[in-house]
Amino acid sequence: MPQYPNRQFLDFEQPIKDLYEQIEQTKKLAEKNQKIDYSSTISQLESSIVDKRKEITEHLTPWQRVQLSRHPDRPYMLKYIEKMTTNFIECHGDRNFADDKAMIGGFADLDGETVMLIGQQKGHTTKMRQLRNFGMAKPEGYRKALRLMRLAEKFDKPIITFIDTPGAYPGLEGEERGQGEAIARNIFEMIRLKVPVICIIIGEGASGGALGIGVGDRVLMMENTWYTVISPEGCSSILWRSVDKKETAAEQLKLTSIDMKGFGLVDEIVPEPIGGAHWDYVEAAELLKKVILTNLKEIKKHSPKVRINKRIEKFGKMGFWEAIPTTEIPAIASE
Amino acid sequence: MDNIFTGLEEDAHQEETGRRSWFKRRKKGILTTTAEKKETPEGLWNKCPECNFISTTSDLKEALFVCAKCNYHHRIGSDEYFDIIFDEQVFTEMFDDIRSVDMLHFTDLKSYQKRLDDIHSKTDLKDSMRVATGNVNGEGLVVACMDFEFIGGSLGSVMGEKFSRAVDYCIANKLPFMVISKSGGARMMESAFSLMQMAKTSGKLSQLADAQLPYFSLLTDPTFGGISASFGMLGDLNFAEPGALIGFAGPRVIKETIKKDLPPGFQRSEFLIEHGFLDFILDRKDLKNKLSQLITLFRN
Ligand SMILES: [Zn+2]
Repeated sequence: MPQYPNRQFLDFEQPIKDLYEQIEQTKKLAEKNQKIDYSSTISQLESSIVDKRKEITEHLTPWQRVQLSRHPDRPYMLKYIEKMTTNFIECHGDRNFADDKAMIGGFADLDGETVMLIGQQKGHTTKMRQLRNFGMAKPEGYRKALRLMRLAEKFDKPIITFIDTPGAYPGLEGEERGQGEAIARNIFEMIRLKVPVICIIIGEGASGGALGIGVGDRVLMMENTWYTVISPEGCSSILWRSVDKKETAAEQLKLTSIDMKGFGLVDEIVPEPIGGAHWDYVEAAELLKKVILTNLKEIKKHSPKVRINKRIEKFGKMGFWEAIPTTEIPAIASE
Repeated sequence: MDNIFTGLEEDAHQEETGRRSWFKRRKKGILTTTAEKKETPEGLWNKCPECNFISTTSDLKEALFVCAKCNYHHRIGSDEYFDIIFDEQVFTEMFDDIRSVDMLHFTDLKSYQKRLDDIHSKTDLKDSMRVATGNVNGEGLVVACMDFEFIGGSLGSVMGEKFSRAVDYCIANKLPFMVISKSGGARMMESAFSLMQMAKTSGKLSQLADAQLPYFSLLTDPTFGGISASFGMLGDLNFAEPGALIGFAGPRVIKETIKKDLPPGFQRSEFLIEHGFLDFILDRKDLKNKLSQLITLFRN
């Protein structure tokens, strides 16, 4: 986890940066002025940093929440694996075409139990971002995910997926290799998996690219993440025919964890460290692990058959419509 | 990352004047009966968008809206497909008692509710999918068909629910199921609810599979995004009309992403079959007979 001055700050996090700078200046003063004790000033400033982190995240707009989900210091999947599990063995390839670096997976030990971890991985540096294709998987990524899910099912191991994607990759080869089919197949197969499945949005959750590893007994969202049918940028460009309406699109899409929990489209919000997961990787992982273990314990109580039926039922209930008043229904139903 | 998005819904809201279905539906008024509505006005001429061949509306209708010269399949809606498929054009429409509502108060350039009200006042369509059951050369079948003119055939809660009820009906009555897709993808105005329809419909297909009832997916021009990334590609058999544009991301998004021109024929039915994603390509005139043939083969 980067420490100041290597931390990066979003525009609305500037007041926190100012406080860090004040601490630095105070430290310099303390070096010059050895007679005066500055330690209480510094600890005061340090606690006001925590206050500021809290204050800022209390009043975020949906767009700012999107920005937080993309914070350059935000932990990605491998970070959670490192902090939450031991003995992680990454498994590569879809056994058909290639190894997609945007989608990773493998077995690990979570609190004494073997689990299968699958999810999108992003990079922190320019080079790694490109290698990971910004977390945008291709068909082979979804097929690798499915291969690993079936492997987990064979050995009766629970599956935990980590969703962090601006969408599946919209490219030429993706279409040649059936991006749509790959995602469709995963959704269909995931709903029928015999083992417990927990899906967690840890950053961005955009459209079919997210849902392609997002069908489970429990779907959890970390506090500062978003999940909806399209990215705010994409929505802005299609519906407003302009890229400038991403803030408005983010509001209209109601994509925050609070909205999604309110709609009943996700089961639980996973709390993050004050100000966001990027402030404390260890704490973020601990908070997440706790929620995963609780949920895992609950869904294990059911038989595979009951779990599958509950999954179908749960997604089956999603949606809203109104009955057409009978006066408006034409008398002849068929023609 | 401003230009990066999945393009799931790209085509749904595009005005494609060239390929837009010209066969416009009119709201049933006091003066127009159902029979009148279906009558094609005499003397109306239509130009094929592919080869510019001119034909009369009645000739075109006779040819199932396929160009006599170049085999271009004009975009048609549920009315036409039901007439083509079902014996003596007799069928029963089902689950038409629900309609979309703007629960999220979604407003882009206009509000979702206004959008819905506008379409409801202009056409008889209640949503982007209609479900009907009837006989195909004597064989029972349930057909769920999309109407592109209803918000680009977009996948919303109502489509998801009608699809689900249709599958339940198939299971209860041991009938095969066919979906005719023609859609830009998920309906953004229903936000995550539209996305979840992809999981909801897959759950129902899982039950249909357990009941060992066949599911046929007919893909027509255009089928994109949330449809191809869910039930559109999940048919026991997937087939398409010739020349139909079918894909996950829309061509415009792909072009913007890769910053290159797309090869000719990209994302057409012929491209899809070449890459292994379709069982066959089907001329509209063969649709009905092929369907009854398939139903018999799956049953016997
Ligand atoms: Zn023609």
